[in-house]
Order: sequence, then structure tokens, then C-alpha cells
Amino acid sequence: MTVGTAVSTVLDRDGLDALITLLAEDGRTVIGPTVRDQAIVLAEIGSGADLPYGWGVELEAGHYRLRSRADGAAFAHSAGPQSWKTYLHPQRERQWTADLTADGDMEVREETSPPPSYAFIGVRPCDLRAIAIQDRVLGGGPHADTRYAARRRQAFVVAVECTEPGATCFCVSMGTGPAVGPGYDLALTEVVDGRGHRFLARVGSPEGEAVLARLPHVPADEETAGTARRLVEEAAARMGRTMPEVDLRELMRETLDAERWNDVTARCLTCGNCTMACPTCFCTTVEDVTDLTGEHAERWRRWESCFDVDFTHLSSGPVRASPLSRYRQWLTHKVGTWHDQFDSTGCVGCGRCIVWCPVGIDITEEAHALDAERAAASGDGEVER
Amino acid sequence: MGDEERENGRRPRLAVWKFASCDGCQLTLLDCEDELLALSGKVEVAFFHEAVTAPDEGMYDLSLVDGSITTPADAERVQHVRAVSRRLVTLGACATAGGIQALRNYADVAEFRAAVYASDAYIDTLATSTPISAHVPVDFELRGCPIDRGQLLEVITAYLAGRTPDTPAHSVCFECKRRGTPCIVVARGIPCLGPVTHAGCGALCPAYGRGCYGCFGPSNSTKFPAFIPLLRRDGMNTLDVVRALRTFNTAAPEFDAASRKEELG
Repeated sequence: MTVGTAVSTVLDRDGLDALITLLAEDGRTVIGPTVRDQAIVLAEIGSGADLPYGWGVELEAGHYRLRSRADGAAFAHSAGPQSWKTYLHPQRERQWTADLTADGDMEVREETSPPPSYAFIGVRPCDLRAIAIQDRVLGGGPHADTRYAARRRQAFVVAVECTEPGATCFCVSMGTGPAVGPGYDLALTEVVDGRGHRFLARVGSPEGEAVLARLPHVPADEETAGTARRLVEEAAARMGRTMPEVDLRELMRETLDAERWNDVTARCLTCGNCTMACPTCFCTTVEDVTDLTGEHAERWRRWESCFDVDFTHLSSGPVRASPLSRYRQWLTHKVGTWHDQFDSTGCVGCGRCIVWCPVGIDITEEAHALDAERAAASGDGEVER
Repeated sequence: MGDEERENGRRPRLAVWKFASCDGCQLTLLDCEDELLALSGKVEVAFFHEAVTAPDEGMYDLSLVDGSITTPADAERVQHVRAVSRRLVTLGACATAGGIQALRNYADVAEFRAAVYASDAYIDTLATSTPISAHVPVDFELRGCPIDRGQLLEVITAYLAGRTPDTPAHSVCFECKRRGTPCIVVARGIPCLGPVTHAGCGALCPAYGRGCYGCFGPSNSTKFPAFIPLLRRDGMNTLDVVRALRTFNTAAPEFDAASRKEELG
């Protein structure tokens, strides 16, 4: 079998169930979408029965509702409230522990607990790109996060192509979907039609190939492969949102003093939800914990956000005290200076920041408005909206 | 721990003081079951009406103050507490913001007194309920109604280690996201004070499908003009909004200003 998309096979629902069971039997913690708290969340799943068969979502800015689906599809929903960083870049992680020794010295031990071995079921193409971006941010450079890298190295990734984009999706604008890019072990495309419920499966790694070989499957028939291709192509034409078709990095650089920042800041709660929901936002802070004996200390790292006024707290006070400076920092970093720092955009077009913003601030709308304001300022009457 | 105590080799002396409150916050100290023995080994609980039968007089290294100031006698007593305390930490919404009893600040106390008591001859009360910080300098304030047990231990252990307590002042939203709770505003349309409320509870209420009711008071970055339309969208009218802001932290300046503004329309 060739690694890549050339050779494909088809799994049915039992085959997908067998995949989950097999990955769990191999000692992996299998994480996938499942219904909880009136949302499709990511959580540990024990079998295919935990997948959200028959559930879809209705998305808008600041709005998310579960909807039942007549076709019984498992993956016809968009990005949910969490992302895979919940597992790869956990919200709180111990860095080291220190103990006072009998002679009064301090013994420091770096955290060495073995990282969990994950299998991720249903990674969207946008999220696959988000993982690649976090690989670059956290796993690369002179200060690589070895624990992130270890979790990442061990993770088995089952991607799922997107056939049902949400109203807040714009992966086409960001070039991340709805067709799957590199970085998966197995990629699935869900097809539900008169011929049944099945998953076109492709191999992306030797490990994926070995796993697939152990599952009940049949070679892909032309009709299933063709339908899968068509569904993904149709999904590309149904994006709910677009980014302006301009160089966003340049747009951010040229609109730092735009009036629009005042407009969006008036609506922004500075609550931090967008950064926490974003699959690429990676910022953290550290907390030092001591116990009552005073003989034991630990350093933990936890998620932080550029929307927290204390995030930039220095001896003279916060660097970004105004809400405007904090929102602008987030957006200009996400689609602008991220390029300078990490050679790519930090936005994958998943739409989470739009959906999970309680007041529905829309990153694409803000980018379009900044573009329009720039065009108006330069005397260009042609404003794309 | 202060240098003096370290040199003396004695345990720091802890005092717990009560003003107008339900006692829930100071009882949180007794609720630290697993840590209580270790704690009593590290500090001398010198003054604590709920736990110590023979209160000790003198200077205290750390005073934990529960409750708000509602009587002239308490306004005097808090001066004494400050004078005998090296560090003074307030516990919870009453001591930090005036508590639910600060609802009197919006009404006529004489009227209440006449309505509640058959004879109000022995009632000597102030017209307002105010936080400890309105009377004496405060070294640290713990939020919550009641306070979080973990945060109380954090304040005490930080004090013993001579470091600043770590009690983030950002919104409760951070805690919902870190906990993995899908936003109940976005996914269910439930009114929730989380976006303007100080973290510290671990986002307890939203995890059980209930909107945050602001018991930790305002966060360090409230945006009420943007936030209140959201409460209205999710079904609250002016009275609902005012009531939501006028609970345990009604006299916190940000909540107070927002509720007064709503009331004026």
C-alpha cells in the first residue's frame, strides 16, 4: 500500500467502531467528539457509540445550538467549544517540583511523568493546520517544549474532511480546508447516501497503514470516492464567512490607528473567551505553589490570555492597559505579526472565536471593516464588503 | 513569613475577626480539613471565636477579617484590629465589598428598623454597610461568597513563604474554558455574569448549567456598556439586571455604578 491519498479503502460504522476499540486496546487514550452539556465537545470516548451520530450544530456569531440530523452523520458538525490544544497543550501542567533537603538545600526535579499516548478521532482540516502551527510555536525554536513535543510525537491522528461547514467557517480563505492537508495518520471522509453510511479512509503514515490493515475494510469503490470528493468540493463553496482577499499581514500593519479599533473595543467584553477557544492561541503564565510546610514547592504553567490586563503587568503596571490595545494585539498578532514570528498566519479559519464570543465579535467582519477603512482613507472608492 | 518571626523561631500568630457576616468565610478555615493539622502546626491560632475558647491578646502576624462594617461599635473595633495586626486580609464579599447587607445603602435604614423591630431602642446601626478597606488599610482582599478554600490556603501559604498570593483577577470565562465547560451564554442563551466577574470559584455554577451570579465581584476588566445588552438579549429586563448586580457584591464600585445607571435608565 502506498502512503498518501492514492490508495484508499472504505470502512463502515462497525469499521470505525473497530478503529476506536483497537486504538484503545493499543493503550491509547482515545479522544473524539461526543455530546455533553448541549454541545459537541471533545472527550475520551470508549467506542463508536460515543460519537455524535445524528447531531449537527447551528452556528452564528455568539451563538451555538445542537440540532438533530436526519442523516445520522457523526462528523457533520463544525469546530466545537474546545480544540485539540486541550490535550496537546493542556490548560495547566506542572513544570517542576522542589523540596528542601535535610541540609537546607533545594532539590529541584523537572516534571518527568510519562506523557499520555493519545489517539484523536475527527480532527478537522482546519484543526490539523492548527496543530501544525502549535508544533512550530511550541515544538520548534531554541526553547522547544519537550513535553508538548512528546505528546505530539505519540499522538495518532485520525483526520476527518469537512463536508458540513458552519456559518462561521472560513477555512477556504485561510487555505486550510475543507479538504485534508498533511499531518494525519488516517484521514476519513464521511459519506451517507442510499448505499449506506461509510467512511472513505486514506493512509498518511506507516503507523496509519499498520492500523488500517488490522481493521475490517474494503477497497474504495469509485462511487464512494467520487461522492466523498464531491461533498468536500461542495463544502468549499458553502463557507459561511470569508476573509478579505488581501495581504492580511500588510492590512494589520497599515491600519494600526484605524477608527475601527475603537468601534470593536466598544463591543468587546475583554473576557478572553476568543483566545481560550482559539486552537492556536498558546500563551501561558506560571504559578508557583508552596505547601504549608514550606518544604515543598511546585511550578505550574497555565493558560493565559492577552485579554487579561495582568498578562502584561510589569513593575510600572500593565503594558496594554486599554481594552483597545488588547484587542488590537490579539488580532494583529493572529493574522499579522504571527508571520514575522512563526512564518505563517496564526488563524486557521475555524470560526471558534466568532461563535464563542458572547457578544459575537466576528474576526472576518473586523478584517473587512479595517480593509474598507484603509480603502476609504486611500481614496479608493471600490470597497469590497 | 516576616524576618522577625523567622529570627524568633516562633510560629506566626493568626487571628480571625468577625464583623457583619454569616460566618461562612471564616468557617472555610475549619473546612480545610486535610490541611488543618498542618496549618495549626505552622501558625498559632491565637484568636478565633469559632475555634479557640481562650482568645489571646496582643499583636497578630496575620489577621483574617470576615464581615462588613455596619455599626459604630464595629467601625471602632476595626481600628483596633488594624492596630494589632501586621498583615490584614479580608475574607469574602462582606469584608471586601460590603456584602448583601450593603443593599441598605440603597434604602432608608430607619424605615427598615421600624418595620423589623417591635422596639428599635437598642438598635444602633449605621446607614450603610461598607467594606473593611473603607475604614483601614487592607493588605490583601479575598473575593467570594463564600471564599474559595483553595484561595484561603493560597493566601496563608503565600504569607508563610513570603510571596504574593496568586489569585487571578480576570473573568470567570477563563475558568469555564480551562475547565472545558461549553459557554452557557452561547450554547444555551442563559444569562451569566461570568464575563464581568472575578475568577476564583473555578467556574462552579456554569459547570452545572447555571449562570454565574457574580459572587466574586467585578473582574479587573469589566465592560458593562457592552455586557448589559447581552443580559437583555437573553431575557432580562431592567429590574432583572439591577437585581443581578445587587447581590453579595452590590457595593463593589463597578457593580454599584452599573446598577445605578440601569436604574436611572
